[in-house]
Amino acid sequence: MKTDSRLEKVLASGELAVTSECGPPRGCRPEKVKEKAALLKDHVDGINVTDNQTAMVRMSSCTAGILIKQMGLDPIIQMVSRDRNRLAMQSEIIGAYSFGINTMLCLSGDHAKFGDHPMAQGVFDIDSVQMIKMVRQMRDDGLFQGGAKIDGPPKMFVGAAANPFADPFELRVMRLAKKVKAGVDFIQTQCIFNLDKFEEWMKGVVDRGLDEQVHILAGITPMKSVGMARYMKNKVPGMDIPDDVIKRLEGVSKEQQPEEGIKMAVESIERLKQVKGVHGFHIMAIEWEEKVPQIVEKAGLFPRPKV
Amino acid sequence: MITAEQKPIQEIIQYIAPYSRILLVGCNECVTVCAAGGRKEVGLLASALHLSHLKQGKNIDIREITLERQCDPEYVEELAPYIDGVDAVVSMACGCGVQTIAGRFKKTPVFPAVNTRFMGASLSQGVWAERCKGCGDCVLGITGGVCPVARCSKHLFNGPCGGTSHGQCEVSQDIDCAWRLIWERLKELGLESRYEELMEAKDWRPGGAGGPGTIIREDLA
Amino acid sequence: MEHFEPEIVAFCCHYCAYTAADMAGSKRISYPSNVKIIRVPCSGKVDAIHLMKALEKGADGVYVAGCLAGDCHFKNGNVRAEARVNRVKKMLTELGWEPDRVAMFNMSAGMGEAFARIAKEFTETIQKLGPSPVKTGAVNQAAS
Ligand code: SF4
Ligand code: SF4
Repeated sequence: MKTDSRLEKVLASGELAVTSECGPPRGCRPEKVKEKAALLKDHVDGINVTDNQTAMVRMSSCTAGILIKQMGLDPIIQMVSRDRNRLAMQSEIIGAYSFGINTMLCLSGDHAKFGDHPMAQGVFDIDSVQMIKMVRQMRDDGLFQGGAKIDGPPKMFVGAAANPFADPFELRVMRLAKKVKAGVDFIQTQCIFNLDKFEEWMKGVVDRGLDEQVHILAGITPMKSVGMARYMKNKVPGMDIPDDVIKRLEGVSKEQQPEEGIKMAVESIERLKQVKGVHGFHIMAIEWEEKVPQIVEKAGLFPRPKV
Repeated sequence: MITAEQKPIQEIIQYIAPYSRILLVGCNECVTVCAAGGRKEVGLLASALHLSHLKQGKNIDIREITLERQCDPEYVEELAPYIDGVDAVVSMACGCGVQTIAGRFKKTPVFPAVNTRFMGASLSQGVWAERCKGCGDCVLGITGGVCPVARCSKHLFNGPCGGTSHGQCEVSQDIDCAWRLIWERLKELGLESRYEELMEAKDWRPGGAGGPGTIIREDLA
Repeated sequence: MEHFEPEIVAFCCHYCAYTAADMAGSKRISYPSNVKIIRVPCSGKVDAIHLMKALEKGADGVYVAGCLAGDCHFKNGNVRAEARVNRVKKMLTELGWEPDRVAMFNMSAGMGEAFARIAKEFTETIQKLGPSPVKTGAVNQAAS
């Protein structure tokens, strides 16, 4: 085992892993973090804590992660290259690890344009691939990115994101290969609605043997309503929502749409369980965390293994 | 070249409000090409300032002059004979020109009349786009002649990010995704394999992170 | 209010607008004598600075008259002239001047009547706007 990460242990056991996420509050409301984490606590192996998601200011990922850690749970802190240079990243990682946080995700982050401070200067000192390499070097070589020795290196289980649906499609497996080369341990994918396309991507991943080198957790998001589906299709960059999804939600009454959305999420999990290389699921129930336990149970992923 | 756009006229009017004798200085280089601060624009701005003052029944004395290059002390020296006869200088050059004048004539205030935007290239008549950020360590040789620093909204060295859609940048459908362009170009050149080489974390010092840059050519200096 | 006879400058292109003005003359169609015509080889030859200078020198209104869309003798001079007129309009707005003091019109060589009508209408527009701020500014200053 490279780290103490619970996610690493579950993946190593060969069981399908389950992670979910919680967005920290936009204000000093630690109780909100705890409430959200409590909803997820028995049903997941790790809880992603987003980092100023969609470029909106929120409680920092690391701080909210500490709150979750103090509940005895397993936070996965996210870190975007938009908001920090390499100094700030490394100090944050050391700090997080000092509180026992041992799993993290390296991301570029949405551009500031999408958030509530569009006038901000994005940092982008290093990109997500370079961040993966940096965190690996901190862990495996005990060295800072600049080359100096770390007195007590952080042992992070390193994750990253992959979007199988962004253009150009032919680059998507190659970009994953680059992250693997940089040393990523696990991948959480973008929300999958176009299952055919995802399977095509996974085939490319398996053909190159990348599934042997990295654990892929398939991203699942339950649709709350047809309105949400339309919004994601039209407004969220890098989303692929086939018309079938929208049609199916349109086919039921407004009151039944949430239930239909959950049903679709569960069906997706069932189908993707069969796909070679999928080692787990990352369930992103946006502002709908209370439904995660139900999805996990219905998809036959409960109880979670004790590791 | 360096691109610029004229500032809102009201901002310029406010700058010069306390003064009545103005030296309005254009530049014959980049700002002439991007039609922001050449001889023509100097004439137009002078005329606009006159119209503004005439409306208020005030007089303003504007002397128009356009230098070969405002970022060169040799040419800026040409202003010396006029400087004592004016209360303020308004420069239509990029920030480099404004500062060259400010550095040379200590007692006369200098105001910028343009906003310097970026280093760019002309795409078609009247259209310019950013192409280089002066990072000081050019990687165009590895990225197929498309700059990831200036043209990727996140300066990614190992892109594209997950936000690309329809080949355009997540920031706007009007911006080509730099990494889509890099990839297409690498394919055209038959250099696809190069895409998978990791590009290491950049040393930003030559591009300004090391403090303001200076070049000294011993053979010329 | 005292009667106000505006001074108007019209930049007319040789091939269409100027010929139209000629036509109006030979057909004895009258148009206001306020309009002073300046013949230019092509409306595209009129730069923003010419419009500005005319205003600076005290013209109450200035317009450019070129060929009909697609009929410019020099391909697209009239299109460019229009863009420049619009630019000057924008500039005047920023300066607190009435943008309607400048305008662009299109006509063919045979449109003598249109030439006269436009000259008349533009003169009326300027009469409504009143004398140029160059004149009123000077008056205000003298009064104060
Ligand atoms: S790599 Fe650097 S020097 Fe080269 S074009 Fe881009 S910003 Fe300019
Ligand atoms: S979409 Fe392309 S250009 Fe825009 S930030 Fe992402 S990689 Fe860069």
